[in-house]
Amino acid sequence: MTVLSREMKTSYAFIERNFYLTRRYWGWELAFLVYSVAGALSISLIGAQAGDSRLLLSLMIGAIFWNYLSVVFSWIAETIAVERWEGTLEYTMMAPIRRATQLLGSTAYAIVYGLVHTAVILVVLILFFPQLDLARANPVTAVAFVLLGSFSFVGIGMIAAILPLLYVERGAQMTFVLQSCLLLVSGVYYSISILPPWMQVLSHISPATYVLDGVRRGLIDGVPITNLFGDVWPLLVMGVTLIPLGIWAFGRAERYAKRTGKLKRVG
Amino acid sequence: MTTAFSPQQNQAKPGTPPAALVVDHATKRFVVADKRRPVVAIDDVSMRLERGEIYGILGSNGSGKSTLIRLICGLLTLDSGRVEIFGHDLVREELAVKRLINRVSVDAAFFKKLSPFENLSFAARLYGLEAGSARVAALKILGRLGISERRADRPIEQMSRGMQQKVAIARALLTSPSLLLLDEPTTGLDPRSKLDVQTFIEELRTDHDATIVLTTHDLAEADRLCDRISILNDGRKVVEATPTGLKLLVAERHDQPATLEAAFMTYTGRSLDDDHEPTEDANEPD
Repeated sequence: MTVLSREMKTSYAFIERNFYLTRRYWGWELAFLVYSVAGALSISLIGAQAGDSRLLLSLMIGAIFWNYLSVVFSWIAETIAVERWEGTLEYTMMAPIRRATQLLGSTAYAIVYGLVHTAVILVVLILFFPQLDLARANPVTAVAFVLLGSFSFVGIGMIAAILPLLYVERGAQMTFVLQSCLLLVSGVYYSISILPPWMQVLSHISPATYVLDGVRRGLIDGVPITNLFGDVWPLLVMGVTLIPLGIWAFGRAERYAKRTGKLKRVG
Repeated sequence: MTTAFSPQQNQAKPGTPPAALVVDHATKRFVVADKRRPVVAIDDVSMRLERGEIYGILGSNGSGKSTLIRLICGLLTLDSGRVEIFGHDLVREELAVKRLINRVSVDAAFFKKLSPFENLSFAARLYGLEAGSARVAALKILGRLGISERRADRPIEQMSRGMQQKVAIARALLTSPSLLLLDEPTTGLDPRSKLDVQTFIEELRTDHDATIVLTTHDLAEADRLCDRISILNDGRKVVEATPTGLKLLVAERHDQPATLEAAFMTYTGRSLDDDHEPTEDANEPD
């Protein structure tokens, strides 16, 4: 068996475990899904009330795709926080696995979970707004941007996962704050041009800004991805750099945690 | 230090199989936020275990027992010294070492909403075991520990503390570790559960050829199970001998009753129930 296939097989441990957790916490999962659907509907209804189909579609896209990106980010970032709370972190760290394998498994589950979650919201919104005109939409552009953006969010999620590794309780809080900041600066429900100039600087380092812009232009204006290079190249650069950076940074954080004794269960 | 062991014994003779565990002058310090000088949690500790041995580590709370176990597991890095497991260096051959060891700690840490089988399945996959064979092996081990197949599919949070600890032991055994580190595995268990676990530990050596490091506060348990015992005090190994040797030592040299309790009190300067500043908790995790 090659090293690669063995690592892929081992990474399935995290996919299966996270599936078991989702299944056991099905009540919370359902509640979270209902909340997400209600939130997306509420925001979209602002566009419907304005009688502006372009605004409606723009808000819908923001709600749906932000949901996807934030779910992927949360699952990866919280994979360590959950182990902290349960006290199993030391056992996972003791296992003969590469950290990249662990992060790969968590990432794969996060993406699948995010896609399923988002698909449900998408279906509900389409049923709720049958008047939507998607004749000009270019779904290939939308799918391509979601895939490209996933790489960047996986990388950011890996970096964010360091926080609960090093800080037992505050780590999860800091992850939550980071996610909130991304929501604020990425133009999820409005154009980033209305943000103060200093905040617009932050917008340009958030991958969500490019994902949402690309998806909107693809679905609302039907622009093919070949005409959106200005949104594509930042995502390519971020995807290529953030994942290796995330794995490297996580390894450094693990060594620091082992040196200072921060892996130990508390409470 | 009074001991039947010297650091020179850490060197394997040519042609002989490697020792199960070699800890060579291990030292670990922690920086405490409100203290300028680091706290020495493990201070120049050396030990050598042969294959199939059950080695007990005694010491009061905060003496460094759990820190030493964490160092051997690779959950903490050494400031100085060396750990070798079956000839593999812990730092240079980390993955090889991890495949050979497993640990049971005093707190049975699990995903509490998941069932014993789901928790064990996760552990098995991490160690590269097939799900099907892992389930068969898990059920066999759980059955031996008195946990039925029906019970193995219900959330672990519904189990008693003793049952959870048995599942923790099953999790460690599932990976067939050559070196098993048991960190107070029977603390908090009722007498029957404690006896079950102790009997099982004896079986592990005879049936599974496992080498075992056992930390415990239960001197009768140490006397029953251990081939050799060392006592840690303030991170230093102060004595090492067989249980019988330790009793003789304290009687002959210190004019105390020939019991492990007398040995413990003599070499730590306190009774089993005394607490003092916990050096292994000195690190501030948050």
